[in-house]
Amino acid sequence: MNYELKKGVKILSKLNLDLEKIKASRTSAKNIAEDIQSFIDKHTTVSTERTVVRLLGVDGVDEIEKPLPNVVVDNIVEGGGLERGAAYWIGNAMLNLDLTPQEIAEKIATGEVDITRLPAKNEQDIKDVIVEVAKATMKRIDAEKKIREDYIKAFGPSKTPNLYVIVATGNIFEDLVQARAAAKQGADIVAVIRTTGQSLLDYVPYGATTEGFGGTYATQENFRLMREVLDEVGEEEKRYIKLTNYCSGLCMPEIAAMGAVERVDMMLNDALYGILFRDINMQRTLVDQYFSRVINGYAGIIINTGEDNYLTTDDAVDAAHTVLASQFINEQFALKAGLPEEQMGLGHAFEIEPTLEDGFLLELAQAQMAREIFPKAPLKYMPPTKFMTGNIFKGHIQNTMFNMVSIMTDQGIQLLGMLTEAIHTPHIHDRYLAIENAKYVFNNARHLSDEIEFKKDGVIQNRAKKVLGDATELLNQIEKDGLFQTIEGGKFGGVRRSRTGGKGLAGVSLKDKGYFNPFIELMLGGER
Amino acid sequence: MFEIQKVDLTRVKPYGDTMNDGAIQLSFTLPVPYGDEANEAARQLIKKMGFEEPAVVYSHDLGINYTYFIMYGKTIHTVDYTSIEVPKVEVDVLEKHEIEDYIKDNIKRDVVILGACTGTDAHTVGIDAIFNMKGYAGHYGLERYEGVESHNLGSQVLNEELVAKAIELKADAILVSQVVTQKDVHIPNLTELVELLEAEGLRDKIVLVCGGPRLSHELAKELGYDAGFGTGSYAEDVATFVVTEMVKRKLV
Repeated sequence: MNYELKKGVKILSKLNLDLEKIKASRTSAKNIAEDIQSFIDKHTTVSTERTVVRLLGVDGVDEIEKPLPNVVVDNIVEGGGLERGAAYWIGNAMLNLDLTPQEIAEKIATGEVDITRLPAKNEQDIKDVIVEVAKATMKRIDAEKKIREDYIKAFGPSKTPNLYVIVATGNIFEDLVQARAAAKQGADIVAVIRTTGQSLLDYVPYGATTEGFGGTYATQENFRLMREVLDEVGEEEKRYIKLTNYCSGLCMPEIAAMGAVERVDMMLNDALYGILFRDINMQRTLVDQYFSRVINGYAGIIINTGEDNYLTTDDAVDAAHTVLASQFINEQFALKAGLPEEQMGLGHAFEIEPTLEDGFLLELAQAQMAREIFPKAPLKYMPPTKFMTGNIFKGHIQNTMFNMVSIMTDQGIQLLGMLTEAIHTPHIHDRYLAIENAKYVFNNARHLSDEIEFKKDGVIQNRAKKVLGDATELLNQIEKDGLFQTIEGGKFGGVRRSRTGGKGLAGVSLKDKGYFNPFIELMLGGER
Repeated sequence: MFEIQKVDLTRVKPYGDTMNDGAIQLSFTLPVPYGDEANEAARQLIKKMGFEEPAVVYSHDLGINYTYFIMYGKTIHTVDYTSIEVPKVEVDVLEKHEIEDYIKDNIKRDVVILGACTGTDAHTVGIDAIFNMKGYAGHYGLERYEGVESHNLGSQVLNEELVAKAIELKADAILVSQVVTQKDVHIPNLTELVELLEAEGLRDKIVLVCGGPRLSHELAKELGYDAGFGTGSYAEDVATFVVTEMVKRKLV
């Protein structure tokens, strides 16, 4: 198999992977995704509808700080109208009241309007008026995409692997200081970690926030503030600094919508993560992930999938094939949502127990395998966390080994390991040391991957062969059993979840015949 | 003949390469611009902390008028090691098979152990290390123990939910993991669980244990837990405590 290197040079595969197995895996994953997609297409959720409301221009909070998108959708749910979709009700209200969606939302908040009790207007007229509003939002997103493209054109793309660091002070204004420092030190990507617990909120908080635990609330204002500072420091440094946030939890698509209009560049966005690691109901997550990915795809946002998490709850050697299987599934779900391969930051991690003899070889095999199987994807490589001990000196070496694998296998996005992992969220100089480490390794071994091949039938080739074989088998089994059943059986990350368990099931509804969501069509059909 | 100095345990100092040299390495950032003044500021600071011969061996401009330092100094302070007392979980740790035999001989039924990361905490690394079949660093988890019925409820479990499960499954012990301890968010959460168990009349019937990188046995006792386990504790440490405590408190 050929694959394209960063410089556009095609070289032969180093792993001698069985192409038939890759093909079979992809076919299974496609069938798995299609099976679920038929479920997704029949359903909507409260968060999906709140996203529509947001994209129709509704923002702000009522007198008790409840976000207006929640006010509107709650009003629709109370009237039994969720199955028709928020776009229908807002369009109908616009025709009845001659008001903007924002004005309608405000009147619902004060109790002046009960949105499902208005006389029904002609359905085509409703669609026409809604599409017009929707197009205005699309223009706003297009404008942000243009700014991003212009910046990248002006400054050139950053070298790969991109250096990705997190800030997580809890206070957005302190985050801005940390982000500015990180960019000055050479970071290409800054992620604002969310406060613990946000994924379980069934609303998105409003405004700038200064209180968070282990991270900072994702709010639209916080996105805007961070974007502004990164643009500013980017101009000083002549680099475009990418902003990352978290499109997961109970508000997946709403966060995507906020990110699209505030020019977030990357979103953590996994089809299964919320189900497995946050115990969010699987029906809810699967429906939500679809719309969130449609938005991310259209807005040019690179998604980062969360396979690395499997290796924190399961063993990195034994469960390696579940990572690959999940990458295949995430790829197919993303394609269904119109997300191009170039925006798929498929995840994996350097989490093999460090005392294992030849563990480095197994890490190389896994990383190279992902590179060859997903040649266009900017793979997102996660650092050691599980076996970081508090011995910061050893930790710094573990991170060096991780950086070494990355440059040897042409990874795209390198989430830099912190020597103080397992102690605290990064201090300003932890980040500097991590960036210095990565720059040293990447520069010092820049073209090593062009120079090396792996021994035929050696440890590395055989390891990749085994993992691919196991993944192919697992995908084949999932195809037979169905994805819901597989998760119920605890095949991913060793975590079991039931179809009707978890949080957020109450927010899932069947669509009726009159349902419509203008953005799905506009975003999937529109120019990308 | 030369002799090297012996340690005086009533006046202990750090050791670099000579007894009582007091050598300590430090690294930190000051929010001042990189340069000679920054280095001097760092030296003065650690002098105030009780260091002699403060030396900036490396300093670096962090880009926003902040400076990072790596320093060495010799502390003037000492501690009296002989007067130190640290509360600890007082059990001789048994090995897995010994725990299994102990259950067979002394409890004569399966021991039900529940575990969870409670509140908003989503970090399951610790609780997984104690529970998962595979275990951690070569120490098998509770799921592999004969005579232990283990239930790992995972992350972000509400205290109410945990208590309800404990009643449903007739738990003998509850293990609570708290990793996120920024701004002491874990304290009210841990306290709430004790209060709920007391309200249900369960506190005396259950062995209650907490664990996490920032938790000590002392803090655990203070909060009303039977024991607290920090970093470096494995399933057998926790299991030994649970089974011996059950016998001690006649909860069998």
